[in-house]
Amino acid sequence: MNRDLRNHVIKTLDAGVRSDGRKALEFRQPMSVEYGVTTTAEGSARVIIGETEVMVGVKVELGRPYPDSPNQGTMMVGAELLPMSSPEFESGPPSIQAIELARVVDRGIRESKSIDFKKLCIEPGEKVWTLIIDIISINDAGNLFDAASLGALAALKDFRFPNLDEDGNVVHKIKGDKVLEFEGEPIEVTVLKIGKHFVVDPTSNEEQAVDARLTVAVLANGELCAMQKGGETPLNQEEIMKMVDIAIEKTNELRVLLK
Amino acid sequence: MGYDKRIDGRKFNEMRKMEAKVGVIKRADGSAYFRTGNTWAYAAVYGPRELYPKFKQNPGKGILRCNYNMLPFSSSHDRVRPGGSRRSKEISMVTEKALISVLDLSQYPNAVVDVFIELPETEAGSRCAGITAAAMALADAGLAMKDLVAAVSVGRVDDKILVDLDYAEEAYEDGPVADIPIAMTANTGKVTLLQMDGLISKEQLNEALDMGKSSLKEIYELQKKALKDKYKVV
Repeated sequence: MNRDLRNHVIKTLDAGVRSDGRKALEFRQPMSVEYGVTTTAEGSARVIIGETEVMVGVKVELGRPYPDSPNQGTMMVGAELLPMSSPEFESGPPSIQAIELARVVDRGIRESKSIDFKKLCIEPGEKVWTLIIDIISINDAGNLFDAASLGALAALKDFRFPNLDEDGNVVHKIKGDKVLEFEGEPIEVTVLKIGKHFVVDPTSNEEQAVDARLTVAVLANGELCAMQKGGETPLNQEEIMKMVDIAIEKTNELRVLLK
Repeated sequence: MGYDKRIDGRKFNEMRKMEAKVGVIKRADGSAYFRTGNTWAYAAVYGPRELYPKFKQNPGKGILRCNYNMLPFSSSHDRVRPGGSRRSKEISMVTEKALISVLDLSQYPNAVVDVFIELPETEAGSRCAGITAAAMALADAGLAMKDLVAAVSVGRVDDKILVDLDYAEEAYEDGPVADIPIAMTANTGKVTLLQMDGLISKEQLNEALDMGKSSLKEIYELQKKALKDKYKVV
């Protein structure tokens, strides 16, 4: 970690203002969610938070169910940290950051029980729908976690099942109109601890200066459904509760964007 | 019979609806977006930056490295598996060749210029859209360039010569089809990419290339405008 950078970030936070002029618990502007950005996906969305831009596409395939859940469809989340989106990212197999990002978004959706996987079953033991959610970073200016989870949720809301032809194959070309039933609204907010300060929506520089971070997935009723701590510094219980409080409050701000 | 009317109603020498923009990816040194119909591409340039591993460095001149990639949800068929295919490797290579002649890489010894082309949605003509976007991104990055490059696919559907084939035309079944992606330098008019799939006569090829030239001119004007718009005084 660059010590000068970290000292600088902490110094600006001590002064109550961040390097881009924001308060510690303020998200960047502009913030937006756009639905249906690519017609080749069965559902898609673009999320913009400040200069950070993430695209999420959902494709669907027919597959066999897992033997231990023969009457349930499946879901897969992948994340591509494109080398196009940051000088830090390289081509090749998914890095550990990409894997963590995908898994944290996956858990937020899966554990919220928003999707009834039984309804994705076409023929028990034989044929089920597999939802494949792909998260793509277009420009990484920090806070990919929150942008990605919001994008995944929006892309699922935009999702329409494709039709099947007489032989039971998927017809991707023609858009269907059946929506995916989706209960609840799991939204993730990541709270960072830098020095003694708590911040949300970090820039890339702030991410490099982080001590600890906590991503919290919150449902509309305020219930939590997934969490992930990152960073090398330990947190005490009081700090964790404070970070959870911040996350709950901030998810309400993000929820408005989905309307 | 013959192919009397294009499936989407365009004139035979008419492009799909185009859009071009530069500076769309803030973290990149140069970036651009180009759309024709439902095919659109982002291109981002990073560099010149130091090339690793070091033994690949050339003290005489820098190298250009292009990477063409279809995003997992960009196909109207099944999901595209991430990680590249033989097809994407070949397209990356021909893209590099299409662009390298307009760059003056002797100014960047030991360095690499990386070009990343990403396609969120494709409906034929994606390599051409990628090259067109990449040329703008290279210019946006402020690299030493002698010219711009624009690309388009020309071809033949049944008895007609036309430009900017869409997916339905590439898959036309009632007669022979030829798909010819070409790229050309804007001012010197040199062809830097030429590929072909399908059946065509020598005369038809010549006719197709002529038709391509005027479309490329149109694309070039759009590229130029997009680049100028970024620096417009408000």
